[in-house]
This record gives sequence, structure tokens and C-alpha cells, in this order.
Amino acid sequence: MADTSVELRDLAKYHGATLAVDHLSLEVRSGEFFSILGPSGAGKTTTLRLVAGFERPDQGEILIEGRSMRHVPPNLRPVNLVFQTYALFPHMTVFDNVAFGLEMRRVSRSDLRSRASAALDMVKLSDKHDRHPSQLSGGEQQRVALARALVNRPAVVLLDEPLGALDQQLRQEMQVELKAIQKQVGITFICVTHHQEEALIMSDRVAVMDHGRVLQVGSPQEVYESPTTEFVARFIGLSNHLKGRIATLHDTTCTITAPDIPAAGSILIRRPPGAMEATRVMLLLRPERLHLSHNVHPGRFHNAVSARVDKVTYTGNEMQYLVRLSDSVLWKARLPNSGASQDRFRVGETVLLCWNADDGVILTE
Amino acid sequence: MLLWMGIFFILPLLVMLAVSFAGRGTYGGVEWTFSLTNYAQLFDPLYLRIYGRSLALALATTTLCLLLGYPLAYSIARAPVRWQGVWLLLVMIPFWTNFLVRTYAWMFILRTEGLMNQLLINLGVISQPIELLYSDWAILIGLVYGYVPFMVLPLYAAMERLDSSVVEAAWDLYATSWSVFWRVLLPLTKPGVVAGCILVFIPSLGAFITPDLLGGAKSMMVGNLIQHEYLVVRDWPLGSAISFSLMALVLLGVLAYFKTDGRLDRFEGGG
Repeated sequence: MADTSVELRDLAKYHGATLAVDHLSLEVRSGEFFSILGPSGAGKTTTLRLVAGFERPDQGEILIEGRSMRHVPPNLRPVNLVFQTYALFPHMTVFDNVAFGLEMRRVSRSDLRSRASAALDMVKLSDKHDRHPSQLSGGEQQRVALARALVNRPAVVLLDEPLGALDQQLRQEMQVELKAIQKQVGITFICVTHHQEEALIMSDRVAVMDHGRVLQVGSPQEVYESPTTEFVARFIGLSNHLKGRIATLHDTTCTITAPDIPAAGSILIRRPPGAMEATRVMLLLRPERLHLSHNVHPGRFHNAVSARVDKVTYTGNEMQYLVRLSDSVLWKARLPNSGASQDRFRVGETVLLCWNADDGVILTE
Repeated sequence: MLLWMGIFFILPLLVMLAVSFAGRGTYGGVEWTFSLTNYAQLFDPLYLRIYGRSLALALATTTLCLLLGYPLAYSIARAPVRWQGVWLLLVMIPFWTNFLVRTYAWMFILRTEGLMNQLLINLGVISQPIELLYSDWAILIGLVYGYVPFMVLPLYAAMERLDSSVVEAAWDLYATSWSVFWRVLLPLTKPGVVAGCILVFIPSLGAFITPDLLGGAKSMMVGNLIQHEYLVVRDWPLGSAISFSLMALVLLGVLAYFKTDGRLDRFEGGG
């Protein structure tokens, strides 16, 4: 238990009549970068605000470093929150913003100066210490907010959509930097985000959340490659799905029949653990794993299903296709834009949709 | 705009300025001779006492309005949005009734046989009715009552714009309630505090209906003095001189504030 930083036990919180956090239990280890990933309205921010102490749970308990946080107000909790809107004090300089927490805890003047300066150094803002927040760019404000939390050396830093307000390029730079800073200081980070790539890049472990519940917790690789529920699978980009039933079993593979695409015949997939004949399964495939070809079976794929192109979207580096396998099955395919004309497909064209047995994820019911 | 200001604001002011240097006619009216006697008369000890009392009452009114208005404005700004309009309406509803009528209502409440005395007797706080009306306290109550909305509205406007997460951030960074108020809330709502104080202080300094009705004959404020000079004594030049000095002093006070401490736009405009 010593290396558990934050523990949530059966935490529940109502917002009016809706259950924003639904009996959630979670353990965050000391020094890890933990992300809570989920769509908006999943209860992520509420969970974070419960840990920070701005909201009180209707049920359950929060322990930080083994100590119960029931009856502990936010200003006495060993956590600091980096707000989504940064919430910098607009009437104070960057330095005074960063030093605020130390000042409130009556850290000595000299200690305060050196610690606040060190924190500003860490986020590379030493030269802007006497500016006001309104004179900084969004990215710089974000760094000040981070420094203002880190300077207090809290047990946990909470981050609410920390990169949400930044543009794409800055966001990618900050993902790497945030992770590096976290490793350097060794403080537990709990980060809330709806951006799956961000969560996968930065985190040691990820919890996927929906409707107030945690659906899966694991390393980025586990969550990305072995989602355990359909929601998680779809949320991390496995958007193509097909229901089927196991027909024949082999050593490492099995074949399924899919009633939704009767013309396809049997489809070869990886054999899921505990599979038996007639087990119902769901196949989930990423759009970028699919291959399209002009009615010639390229041979190197296990599966080839005939489909019609419904829509083509040109994004520059990529061609995105909506392909119809049957009346009820519409899949997405994303192909790199090679520029070669034989790799282009037109709307209405009949194509072969190919993939391997190893591609995709199998969920058993 | 300029024309409008010229006709309705600057021109009357200039006329008043001219009158303040003129002499008084035997039967009222204005004699156009230049003199400074009106201004010299301002320093009459009797008048100085009136200025002092006016200043004290206006300051007390402003302070009380701020103490009452700040928590009120804060709770309105923090209420659910659909309730905010209702609360603000309740603050403003008294304006739908004539100020004179409302002041008379206070006379009914405060007089010896009035509601307040009855209440205090029924509660057992006092055994005999006490003289509440016709005192400086009655004036203070009347002024605070009349001007609290002028304090609440600018305060509300300042608080409503405030990002509530800034307050939470201070709380998250170990600040006590007192520090949150003193270090974050108050500095960030200062424009509203200043605007509210100016809006309350200036009219209460020149008030004349409230002291006239609630203060009785013996407690005069500058407003009553001006009214008295114009309408009773019919000394227009002296009335103008008092009005003008009052206006100049208030203006100087406000300007001095903005000069020394009024960097209001420092964190609003940016850059």
C-alpha cells in the first residue's frame, strides 16, 4: 500500500438526478503519470474535482497517501490542480502567481524566492517572471499554471484537460515536455483528457471512463491493443465492427460467420482465449489496418470481402473511404495517399476490402 | 453628443459658475458684479460643521453600503444563473416607487409609535419607545437604504465577469477564506468596489430629501444647505458657490484616486 498515492473507494457523486461518478474505485501509484480518458460528460472532471476537494462525494472515500480526505477542505489537501482555463491570478505577476502557494503556507522569504525561481526555470519562463498573465501566450500561461502547482511539491498534481486550449503543434510539443517534467520531479500526475493520443503518449497507465464508471485500466499498450469492452475499443479508434459466431477452431486462429455480411463467407480471425464453437464474438478493426484493392485478391491477406465505395474524403496525406459491406455494415478505411492512380478508388466502385487475421481485436460475449 | 453635452451640461455649469461670482440682489435675484465674497462665506464655522457632518454621513453610508452590498452581490453572482435575474430584480424593485414615498415609509417605520419601536418593545429589547426618527441614525438608515442598489449593481457586474476557477485556484493553493477574499476576490472586484463607492458617495454627500424628512430641522447636510440658499434665503450666488465647491472637491477626490491607485485597466486591457 505504501506506493499507492491516491485511492478512490466506491466513489459516487450525483449532479442533480444524474450519477456523474458511479461507484468508482481506482488506485493511482506513487510517481506515475495516470490519465483518465473519456468523452465529455464521462465524469472525468467531476472525479478530479472530488480529489481536489471542490466537490464532496455523496458516497465513498478518497485516500491520499493513505490519509482519508473526508472533512479535509481543498486548502489543506496535498494536491494542486492545473485548471483547464489555467485560472492564473490576472492581477499578479508570473512570479507572484507561482509563489502564491508558498506564500500561503508561510514559506520563508528566501526559500520562496529560490523555489519559485527554480519552478520558473523548469518551465523555461525565468525571463518572463515580471509579466502579467495577459501578456503571455496560451502555451506560456499553461506553463505558469504548471509551475504554480509543481512549486508546492504536492503529493499529487491534478491536470484538467491541460493541453485542451493549445493548438495542434504546441499540444504535441507539450505532451512530450509534460511527460519529461513529470519524470524529472517524480510527482504523481493525474490527468483528465478526452484526447486518446495525448493519454497514450504521456501516461504510464490509463483509465478509460464513461458514464461515471471506469471501464478499463492499464498501460497505454494494453488499452490500445487489448481493449476489453466495445466502448473502449471504439473510443481508442477501433471504429469498424462486425458481429459473428465462431464456426471452426484452429490452433491460433478460428473462422467466424457474420450474418450481417452473408456474402463474405467465413472470416479468419485470431483465436480468442476461451473460444468455443458457436461462441458469439465481435470483431473490431482500425480504419488504417484495412487495405483496398481493385477486385484482384492480393493474396497476402487472410480475408478479402467485397464492398462498394460510398464516400471518398481527401485529407492531403490520407484518403478516407466509407465502404459498404452490406445494407447494415458500413466501414471506414484510411489509406496513405501514395499519389499512384491504381491506389485511388471512386464512389460507386466495387472493391475488395482486405485484412489479416491478426489485425483487429476480438471481444467475446 | 458634443452638442447635447454642451446644451444640457456644460452651459448650465458655466451659468452657475458665473452666478457664484455675482452679488445678491436685495429681493433675491442676481446682481452682475464680480466678487469673491460668496466663496469667502463658505468658511463660516456654521457651514464647516455642515460640511463635516455631510462628509461623515456620506462616508458612513458608503462604508455600510459596501459592507452590506458586497456579500449580497457575491451571493447573487454565485447563484444559479436562472435565479440571478430574479435577485437583481428584487434589488431594483424599490426604484419603481417614488423616492419620496419610500422615505415617508421609513418615517412610519422609525417614528415613536412606529413599527420598529413596536418590534423592539415586543421583543423585550426596550420597555419605552425611543426616539429613532429625526436623528443622524435615521438619516444614515435612509441613505443606506436608498443607495445600496447603486453599490450592488456595479459589484455584481464585476463579480459576474470573474472566472470562478480563479477563486478555486486560490483555495487549492492553500489560501484560507480570508486570504482568498483579501488576495484574490477583492483585488479582482476592485473596479466594481470603486464604481459602487463613487455611485453611493456622491449622491449621499449631496442628499437633501432624506436628511430633510428623516433628520428633522436640526441636522442639515450640504444638500439641504444648497436647497436652503436657493429656495428659502433666495441667495442664488451663495448657493451656486457651495454647489460648485462641492462638485470641484468631489471631482478632485475622484481624480486623485485614479491618479494614485486607479490603474484599473492594468489587468483588463493587457499589454
